Parts: sequence; C-alpha cells; structure tokens
Amino acid sequence: MSETNQSQPKRRFDIWRTKGDASSGGEGAFERYETEVGEGMVVLDCVHRIQAEQANDLAVRWNCKAGKCGSCSAEINGMPRLLCMTRMDSFSPDEIISIEPMRTFPTVRDLVADVRWNYQVKEKIRPFEPIAPQAADGTHRMMHEDVERIQEFRKCIECFLCQDVCHVLRDHQKFDEFDGPRFFQFTAGLEMHPLDAADRIPDLKHRAGIGYCNITKCCTNVCPENIRITDNAIIPMKERVADRFYDPLMRLLRFVFQRPSANR
Amino acid sequence: MSVYDLFQIYEHDVLVIGAGGAGLRAAIEASNRGARVGVVCKSLLGKAHTVMAEGGMAAAMGTVDDRDNWEVHFADTMRGGQYVNNPVMAELHAKESPERVRELEAWGAVFDRTRDGRILQRNFGGHRYPRLAHVGDRTGLELIRTLQDHGVHCGMQVYMEMTVVSLLKSGERVVGAVGYDRERGRFHLWKAGAVVLATGGVGKSYRITSNSWEGTGDGHSLAYHAGAELRDMEFVQFHPTGMVWPPSVRGILVTEGVRGEGGILLNSEGRRFMFDDIPENYRQQVAATPEEGWRYVCGDRDALRPPELLTRDHVARCINREIKAGRGSPHGGVYLDIAWIRENMANAPGHIRKKLPSMYHQFKELAGVDITAERMEVGPTTHYMMGGVAVDGETQSSTVPGLYAAGEVAAGLHGANRLGGNSLSDLLVFGKRAGEYAAAFATEHGHKEPDAAQLEDIVRDIERPFARASGENAFSLHHELQDVMQDRVGIVRTQGEMEEAVAKIAELKQRYADVAVAGHREFNSGWHTALDLHCMLTVSEAIALSALARQESRGAHFREDCPEKTAEGATYNLVVRKGDDGAMQIRREPVLEMREALREIIERNR
Repeated sequence: MSETNQSQPKRRFDIWRTKGDASSGGEGAFERYETEVGEGMVVLDCVHRIQAEQANDLAVRWNCKAGKCGSCSAEINGMPRLLCMTRMDSFSPDEIISIEPMRTFPTVRDLVADVRWNYQVKEKIRPFEPIAPQAADGTHRMMHEDVERIQEFRKCIECFLCQDVCHVLRDHQKFDEFDGPRFFQFTAGLEMHPLDAADRIPDLKHRAGIGYCNITKCCTNVCPENIRITDNAIIPMKERVADRFYDPLMRLLRFVFQRPSANR
Repeated sequence: MSVYDLFQIYEHDVLVIGAGGAGLRAAIEASNRGARVGVVCKSLLGKAHTVMAEGGMAAAMGTVDDRDNWEVHFADTMRGGQYVNNPVMAELHAKESPERVRELEAWGAVFDRTRDGRILQRNFGGHRYPRLAHVGDRTGLELIRTLQDHGVHCGMQVYMEMTVVSLLKSGERVVGAVGYDRERGRFHLWKAGAVVLATGGVGKSYRITSNSWEGTGDGHSLAYHAGAELRDMEFVQFHPTGMVWPPSVRGILVTEGVRGEGGILLNSEGRRFMFDDIPENYRQQVAATPEEGWRYVCGDRDALRPPELLTRDHVARCINREIKAGRGSPHGGVYLDIAWIRENMANAPGHIRKKLPSMYHQFKELAGVDITAERMEVGPTTHYMMGGVAVDGETQSSTVPGLYAAGEVAAGLHGANRLGGNSLSDLLVFGKRAGEYAAAFATEHGHKEPDAAQLEDIVRDIERPFARASGENAFSLHHELQDVMQDRVGIVRTQGEMEEAVAKIAELKQRYADVAVAGHREFNSGWHTALDLHCMLTVSEAIALSALARQESRGAHFREDCPEKTAEGATYNLVVRKGDDGAMQIRREPVLEMREALREIIERNR
C-alpha cells in the first residue's frame, strides 16, 4: 500500500473544551490545536488525531465514520455538520477551523451534546398502526410509487442537525411546544405510509406545534441526507392541518355531519 | 461501606447487552412476553453497527423467483458455510426468516417493491435465487429504525452510552452485569433473571476493518470470562470490497449490492479476473460468459450468476491474489466497476443512484469518485465474525445457565463463511428466539443475588489503569495488536506467522497489566480503550489459537501451508474455553449430526 509518511501540512483548529466536570453545565472555551492533515482526511480524523496525540480526554461522539449513523453532529465554523463527512479540502488552506458541540442542546462535555430530548419527543408520537393485510395470502401490498416519497424520509440518520439549526428551538427554546423538523418529517412518513391507519393531524397542530414553523428551510439546508424536509414533509403536513382546522367549507361540513353523533 | 454503594443498581427480568438488530429484536420479544427488559448499549439508541448493513436480508419468500423456498436457502447456507454450520440453526433460519421480514413490514418498515406491490428481492453472493429483501442500499438503517421505533413502545428501559465490563454470577448461573457510563464514568449494576448478549463483532482487533469503534468483541469476552464456550473462532470474514482510498476511510464497506446490480471486478490490466478461478463446489452455478452473467443480473431465470457473486471468502482471496501479484490499483486494491452497465442500459446513471444511493453518496463525498462514471478502488476488509458464543440452536442459550447470545456474537449459523444477507435475517430470527427463551428462563428461575466477592475484583480491575502514574499506553498496545492480527492472522495464514502472533499476543497481555491512564473517569477515551483492549486481547488469542489448530483451509480460514480442504476438517468444530488455571483451552467437538431429511435436501440442491 502507498500511504506516505512524508511531512503533511499542519492545520489549526479551535476546539470547544468544557471546564470542570459534567456538572458545570457545559461552560468552556475554545482551545487552539495544531495537527498534520493528510490527503482525503475529514474533520473527525483531525479530532481523533488531536485526541490521540495531544488531548486523550477530549470527548467526541462518533460511530460509523461513513455518514450513516448520525452520531458525530457538531458545529464546524458555525455550521451544523457531520464531523465524518466534512472534508478538510473543503476549507481554504490557512483557515482556522472551529469545532463546537450542537448549541441548541445542553453540552455534556467538549463536543458531546445531550440529545436525549429528541428521544423523548419521538416517544410521544403515535406509533405506526398497520391496516389489516389486503392480499389473499395474508400479506401486504404497496406500490413502489407510493413508498418512494416516504422512503425519502426514512433515509433520516437522526443526526439532529435539523433540530440544532431550527430557530424555534435554538433561539426561542420551544422545547415543550414544538417537535422540530426531524419529527415533523418522521410524522409525515407515518401519515403518508400506505399501510398506516392512525391519525396524527390534531396532534401535529396541538401538541407538536407545527404552526411555529415559518418554513425558512434552514433544516433542509443542513440535512446531510439531502432530505427535502420543508418542501416534502413540513409543507404537506401544514396543508393537512390547515385543511382539517382552517378550511371554512370543511369546518362547516364537519359541523353538519358531526352534530347528530354529538347529540346522541 | 458496602461494595454495592459504588454502583447504581437496577433490576430486570431480562437484560439485553447491545442494541443492534439482534438486541432490539430480543428486547421486543422478551417485553411482549411480559418480561421487564433493560437494554444496555455503548452508543445512542439507533446508532449500532447494524445501520451499516447495506445489501439486504435473506429470506426465501420467492417474490421474484418462485422456485425459491426454505430448502434452497438452507442448502445455500450450508454450502456457503462449508458444512461446519449448526444445521439446526440453518434450518430454523431458512424457515423463519420470511415471517420475520413480514413482521418487520407490519411494524412499519418500507422495503423496495416488485411491480405487483410485494417485497422486492435482489441477488447476492452464494444465494441461488434473488433473495434479499432490501431498501436501496440502506437496509440496515431501515431494520434498526423500525425495531427502535417499535421497541420504545414495548416498555423496555434503554441505558445509552454505557459499556458492560463483566457479567455477574451466582454459583454457575449468570445473574446480572456491571458496567460504566461514558459521560461520567459512574458504575452501574444490573441484576437480571437472564442476560442476552447481542454485542456484535470483533473487527477492531484488525487494522483494516469495516467495523466501528464498538466492534471490540465485548460479548465474546464477557461470555468467555463467565465460563461459556466459544466456537469457530478461526472463521473471520474478510469482506472482499472495502474502500482503500483515501487512507482515513480505508476499510469502510462497499456493499456486495454493487456486484448484485452488475458491478464487475477488474485488475490493473483491465482483466475480469474472477472468471479465472471458479471453485469446484460452485462450478455448476456460475455463468460461462460475461454476457450470461449480465442476463442473470437482469433476472433471466435460465442464466447463471457472474463469478463476482461467488462467496465472500473466495472473492476476497482472488482480490488478495491480484494485489499481491502486482496487478492491483494505485492505492493497493482492485477496481470495482458499476459504471460499465451504461453499455447495456439507457438510464444507467439514474439506475445506479436509485439502486445504490448511499454508495453513490459515500464515494462522492469521501473519495471524490462518481461511481456512475468512474471505477471504484476496493480491497478486502475485516467485516464479520462467524465464530462466537456456542449456543443451543433452538434456544440460543450458551453453556452457562442464564446466559443467551444472538446475532454476530453467537456462533453456528454461518459455519466457515457467512453468505451476504444472512446476517440481518440471523439477527431477527435468533434475536427473537433469544428474547423468548431468556424471558422464559427468567420467569422460571427468578432473581438471585450475585456473589459479592466478585464485585470487589471487578472494581479493582476496571480502576487499575488509574492506579499507576506511568506505564503502557492503551492506544499503542491496541495498534500493535491490530498490526499483528492483520499481518499474521489475516486472509492468508501460515503456521509460522500464527505462532508469532500467539507469542505476540501473550506479550501484549503481559504489558496490558501495566497499562496506565491519566485523568479522571469522565469521557476518558484512554480509559475506555484500556477496558476494550481486555476484550480484544481475549478474542484475538481465541482467533489465533483456533486458526493454528485447524490445519486445513475451509471457508474464510485459508492457510497457505495447507491450502486444501480435508475430509476430516468437515467433521469437527473448534471450541475454546477458559480453563481452571485461567489459561485458554481448545478442543475439537464433532460437528452436530444432521437429520437425514436435511441431508437429502443438500443432495437435491447440489
């Protein structure tokens, strides 16, 4: 093999280091590191090199190193990115690269954010409820054209970068009233599932707070899977909420047709 | 102060260690049977290495070719495993995987479809018919996400980012486990009626691997030190196609699905070298010409498979041979070409992006290669452990009461070589069985207090790296171990090299006793590496000793000094256990006898 050991250019990094132990609430500062960068390296490689050579106790969360698991989410030069999918040659040669944890969530330590809130939100969403199998052999049928649009949503690797960038969470801290783009997209995937029987539209309006989203598309822009979260998931869900709750004709019809049952 | 005060203590009926496909399926099953289930995982939920599985899950549903059925799948699995598989597991797996796939669909999974709306199945190495249910090339993600989203509503308690360092026993029985959390380094103790190991593989013992940092053989080691038997440890699968360039992504998997969709392997001379060497037992199943191979890829039922879709052990060795003979690519691999299908297909680039989206993405982003127009450079990468905890084929119980194992950490289903696609179905079939039988065991036997004396030993062991101011560096020892395993117990093995490896591992074990770690217990990767290293050393010793003891070549175990299969080699499995003196013992055990009916199935499908 032809890995070369010739001297590699050094690059500078400002990495967020928390002070004290985990109870200090993530307070910290950037610390400057320098390390050699070889061909094809991504930012995560540099973080690992710094960890191995200079800072054994530098905390970073990672796993697959191929953009498939969504563990190594962070903010690189202020942008939410995956550390493992950000190539060093995407920066200009003398640029200092700053790396910090996702800021929308509490910091556990150094580059590691506490993302547990996201898991709690997901548990609140009504799970998939299958209709009875339609085919004579007792199995389901779905046409490929019908599954393609939800397969886009199911590419999600749950890196939570879309949650990190969303101003409703980041700036307005609506953690109790707003599920965030990841979970609107998750809900859209269930609502558009050809085999699903449950109704999550009232929940989207009342509990999940989809109305707070003003479709700035920041989530779409940071998605490493290039899922068109706003156009293909959030807007269709907003339309369904509007049809259900704000369309005057529909409201009238519902009013008329619900009255008998309401009087029963 | 009691030693118990050092721990946060939890109690479950069933404790599952690992939250990949097997662990989650076991947890769901045990929960559905009324057990109170805890799941401990080293990463966040949904990040386990199962997400990296790409090609699909093998299940003889016959939606694409109705000649497929469980008997053919069983015969394919046994042939691929060179007949040292556990036939009970191979039979159950072939029979039950279609139901497990359909069940996943009923939990919300969205597989690619046939024209008439059924689950689409694709070709893969060693499978006679198109058999892999799939979602593009991200089937593992679909599987784990479906299990995760279904599982969290089944009532299980999930302990994320925690590592188990030891099982607890009461007499002969396993009654719990202890571990630490990465965030704070606090100690945790789980009491459990039964424990299911679902910890996956061991790839991190090698330098070039498709495995993430989690693949350190924890379950293999936990079981071994708790007195359970390991078997088939000589069989380590080297996947033929990992990325080779740039260096930082070396080893990352390139799915066999590329070849399933028509990808061909070429050497530096442009020769399609896989046609040059077809093994005897597959001669009746391989295309005579490239043209016939392409017809097979397109679904022609009368065509035979292209030689790129031979089993992984063989393809990996052929690639290795080309590289060693100087016919490799510039970065020490060979070429994998899917772009060539343009010659046969109008919308080839669109087709490739649709069928292999994450491969397209991976090469584009990480290597700057457009696979719809350019060739990929690929080479073998340590991928999968066929060997593992010896289990009962039906119940997945180990040789220690109360301890179960499922998925990659368990041995038996795959024999000497696993077929692609048989892993995801393995996880589901035997994850479910492990959960079922572990729950039953817990119900029947209830809880028992762990022997207190062992706790003090465990605490001393895990804190030991902090006890000295200076000593061996855990990262360096790990790299030395990876080098010796890669270079001495790799794809091609010889007696002399493996003896060197055994001696080197013994030396590393000695030096491991002097490992020193600076700092504190919070998110200290040096400390974590030191603790993982204990597992990797155990596993590596088992691999090297087993590989030395099998003096023939079979499946993934290839010895240059005895390159042929022997008749005797098909009659035994190698079993490793910890002796009373603490030393590793190895012995032969006869291969499990097969029912006559199964024997006939194999004959019919020759």
